[in-house]
Amino acid sequence: MDAIILQILNGLDKGSAYALIALGLTLIFGTLGVVNFAHGALFMLGAFCAVTLSRIISLSYIVLDDTKKDFLGNPTKIEVPYIYDWLGADTGAAIIDWSVPLSILFAIPVMILIGVIMERGLIKHFYKRPHADQILVTFGLAIVLQEVIKYYFGANPIPTPAPEAFSGSFDFGVLVGFDPNSIIYPYWRLVYFAFSMVLIAGVFAFLQFTTFGMVVRAGMADRETVGLLGINIDKRFTVMFGIAAAVAGLAGVMYTPINPPNYHMGMDFLVLSFVVVVVGGMGSLPGAVAAGFLLGVLESLASMGWVIDLIPGINQVIIYLVAIVILLTRPRGLLGRKGVMEE
Amino acid sequence: MGILEVKGVNKRFGGLQALGDVNLSIKENTVHAIIGPNGAGKSTLLNCLVGKLIPDSGSVMFDGKSVLGRKPHEINQMGISRVFQTPEIFADLTVLENVMIPCFAKRDGAFRLHAFESVGQEGGILEQAEAILSDVNMLEKRNMHAGSLSRGDKRRLEMAMCLVQEPKLLLLDEPTAGMARADTNNTIDLLKEIKATRNITMAIIEHDMHVVFSLAERITVLAQGTPLVEETPENIKGHPKVREAYLGEAQV
Amino acid sequence: MFGLNAKDTRLLWIVIGLTMLAPFLLNPFPEGSELAQFNAGYPDLMQRFVIFGIFAIGFNILFGLTGYLSFGHAAFLGVGSYAAIWMMKLLTMNVIPAIIMSIVFAGLFSLIVGWISLRRSGIYFSILTLAFAQMSYALAYSVLTPITGGETGLQAKISDPRILDSNAGEFGRANLFGLHMNSSYELTIGRWEFTVNTGYYLAACVMLISFYMAIRIFRSPFGMMLRAIKSNQQRMNYTGLSTRPYTLAAFVISGMYAGLAGGLMVAMDTQVGPERMFWTASGEVVLMTILGGAGTLIGPVLGAGMIKYMENIISKINDSILHQWFSFLPDGLEDVIVAVVHPFIGKGWSLTLGLTFMAVVIFLPGGLVEGGQRLGRLFGRKSAESDKKTPPAE
Repeated sequence: MDAIILQILNGLDKGSAYALIALGLTLIFGTLGVVNFAHGALFMLGAFCAVTLSRIISLSYIVLDDTKKDFLGNPTKIEVPYIYDWLGADTGAAIIDWSVPLSILFAIPVMILIGVIMERGLIKHFYKRPHADQILVTFGLAIVLQEVIKYYFGANPIPTPAPEAFSGSFDFGVLVGFDPNSIIYPYWRLVYFAFSMVLIAGVFAFLQFTTFGMVVRAGMADRETVGLLGINIDKRFTVMFGIAAAVAGLAGVMYTPINPPNYHMGMDFLVLSFVVVVVGGMGSLPGAVAAGFLLGVLESLASMGWVIDLIPGINQVIIYLVAIVILLTRPRGLLGRKGVMEE
Repeated sequence: MGILEVKGVNKRFGGLQALGDVNLSIKENTVHAIIGPNGAGKSTLLNCLVGKLIPDSGSVMFDGKSVLGRKPHEINQMGISRVFQTPEIFADLTVLENVMIPCFAKRDGAFRLHAFESVGQEGGILEQAEAILSDVNMLEKRNMHAGSLSRGDKRRLEMAMCLVQEPKLLLLDEPTAGMARADTNNTIDLLKEIKATRNITMAIIEHDMHVVFSLAERITVLAQGTPLVEETPENIKGHPKVREAYLGEAQV
Repeated sequence: MFGLNAKDTRLLWIVIGLTMLAPFLLNPFPEGSELAQFNAGYPDLMQRFVIFGIFAIGFNILFGLTGYLSFGHAAFLGVGSYAAIWMMKLLTMNVIPAIIMSIVFAGLFSLIVGWISLRRSGIYFSILTLAFAQMSYALAYSVLTPITGGETGLQAKISDPRILDSNAGEFGRANLFGLHMNSSYELTIGRWEFTVNTGYYLAACVMLISFYMAIRIFRSPFGMMLRAIKSNQQRMNYTGLSTRPYTLAAFVISGMYAGLAGGLMVAMDTQVGPERMFWTASGEVVLMTILGGAGTLIGPVLGAGMIKYMENIISKINDSILHQWFSFLPDGLEDVIVAVVHPFIGKGWSLTLGLTFMAVVIFLPGGLVEGGQRLGRLFGRKSAESDKKTPPAE
């Protein structure tokens, strides 16, 4: 029992990432009708926003410490971040420690900008082209983006730790009445889960309660009619693309302490996120979120020892198996709308 | 006994009764029009005949065999061809290829792996295709892309694709919808010519009364999913029930 | 000739000529000269040209004709490879059984995958094929280790119990009735060196047969049906044709081509690993086909050649070579240009590939073939008559 709870908890953070990426994917698909294979790259770019910011604020100069000598008798070199000089050593250290959460502030404008440039510069020209062309051009873009990142940041994963306060684990088991040390759960994963819930709630609230969101939802349901009402739906859709990019980016920012970012993490997540979108139902936002968590947790449960003993290799293929079964039995996915991507 | 016998067909969509107890009999070698106001269930009925929809109850017999539960391509192989409201053709293929495909379908059935034959050297197929193209006066356009044809030509091409299969029953779903008067008259002439030269039964769904009265030998009026009357064109004009059905629509 | 019309026969002869003379045509620069690094006439690379050519020709039969975009074709390549290596381990190092079994197994596997995936179309079909390929990869990597060798893959070894090769003198060398795949004849003419390799010529012959069969399929009623399916499935159904068997047949044929390519890979280097089935490998064949020109006959071969050439040659260029090239420029300018070009060469070749691919999709949806046609039209050569006669899918 405690093992199952632990696996469910472990599945939640991956599920959160799937849900956030899938949410953006299906938002873009629902509004713009575009299949965006570069969405995983946006997740990856978000993660590297965190890397970039942490590098910027850790920019250092070198001072020589004469009190300590190394074995050759030279004074030791100490790197002192500039930020220590500007804000004092304590504040500076705290800011560096909190660089990942701070990156959220940095990533939002950057990702929205990237999203808007992408939509205006490229995607816009593909609205009327076949879905295959959209897949292909965004696939090409994804390759380009990840190669650019590889060029500047190298091919190796870059460790980006969580703030000191969240770096440990806590005993979740004790909280719910199990024996001590039965369910040890890292703090940051809980933070990630909570963060993604807030983000998802934010997106839904935005779509539900603002006029802007209302028009976008109407546009998702029937683009032509909304266009006939004289509302400039295109401009709103551009903004939605920016928001979807920001959501994927933030998912990436906060994921960095869980998994050190590398240039191909976007592609790894993209394939699974597409499966998530299809399972949830193309164009259905609640479907994407539900399927994200569902598949994340299923994947985690399938990697338990006795399950693998029972069906060897099931942990590797469970997501794909579920996708195949769902697609064949419920062509529209769990919560899909009628007439999406059907001819 | 007609070539097509529809008996007691019902079809519901959720709470909406689209077809209610439809009985219809189409006699061989007649032109039978099905008319009615919008939402009368004409298209639903047509879709039930070609296998796109399956009725909730009732029977549809064609040529003595039931069509229910068969797939569209099986029903076509039984001898029912369909012309669509907007012409459905192979826009990326040439005009000649468009008519060759039904020729192959007629000769080889629903599937054949003829991967090592050559299109040009197929016995009879080319001649057959060219003959039907010359029948509809499109032979000189044989190498054009079908997608670049005018709308009237697309309609003629679609008609040729159906005729080359020599169907026993040709279903026409508003064949002149959205056409200019001249094109409409051309289509009427074409259909009259087809009627005169071939043994073929036609069922036409149509809004345009000019077309209906130029062609039809029998007319069924459908309203709210149920046939009101079936009569000759002469008797339909001024029929009180028909007026009621259409006036009812006009008031909405 | 061969049941082809004049135009296709000419195309076939051109391809025959190019592949047979490839060891010479691809080595135009004398050994030791500055440009020798652009030579592509070495066996390993030439083998990859033709093998990926086969892979792309097969993929094009599915994607180019029916429009069904599969993102999982590498799985069939992988299955073909594993089947081939097992033939070599258990039966004989002769490549013939290996190649035959690679086609058979890939065909059977694609029949299963296609039968399920083709119930859906569009993006759903793409995702389904992707899911199958990723599943195969994951299984080959983990649970199926006894069959696939897991992460390390499989190699033909001396200890393998080959039934037919009882005298173990010929272990580990793939051969065609005693003719070793890796044997080469070095030809030196003046300062030029050419390598004539057995393996390449075997693969090239197989490629030519595959290419010829693809032309026949394109020109057959079956090929016309596939194009019709891409154009209008609804009309297909209402013309009395069942689309599923046609698409399934195309899927299996293209899966067999992929398996053949996988079998040939094993015939050349007698080893296989699961990374051959990873979805990026499926993506690569998509890139090749689109880059060359989907739905055209010669396009996929061109695309495969171009990508493999870029991969090998561009990734070999480094800064010092760039400095040599631009040494005629003033120093400052030279450095700037080298710095600008730097990200696109060496390890950055994928960046160049990605950008080229995007440019092709955006500006040249018909790929290199369309580019060639446009250039041809630009220079006004025989444009008028050939254009009219060219059907949509050449």
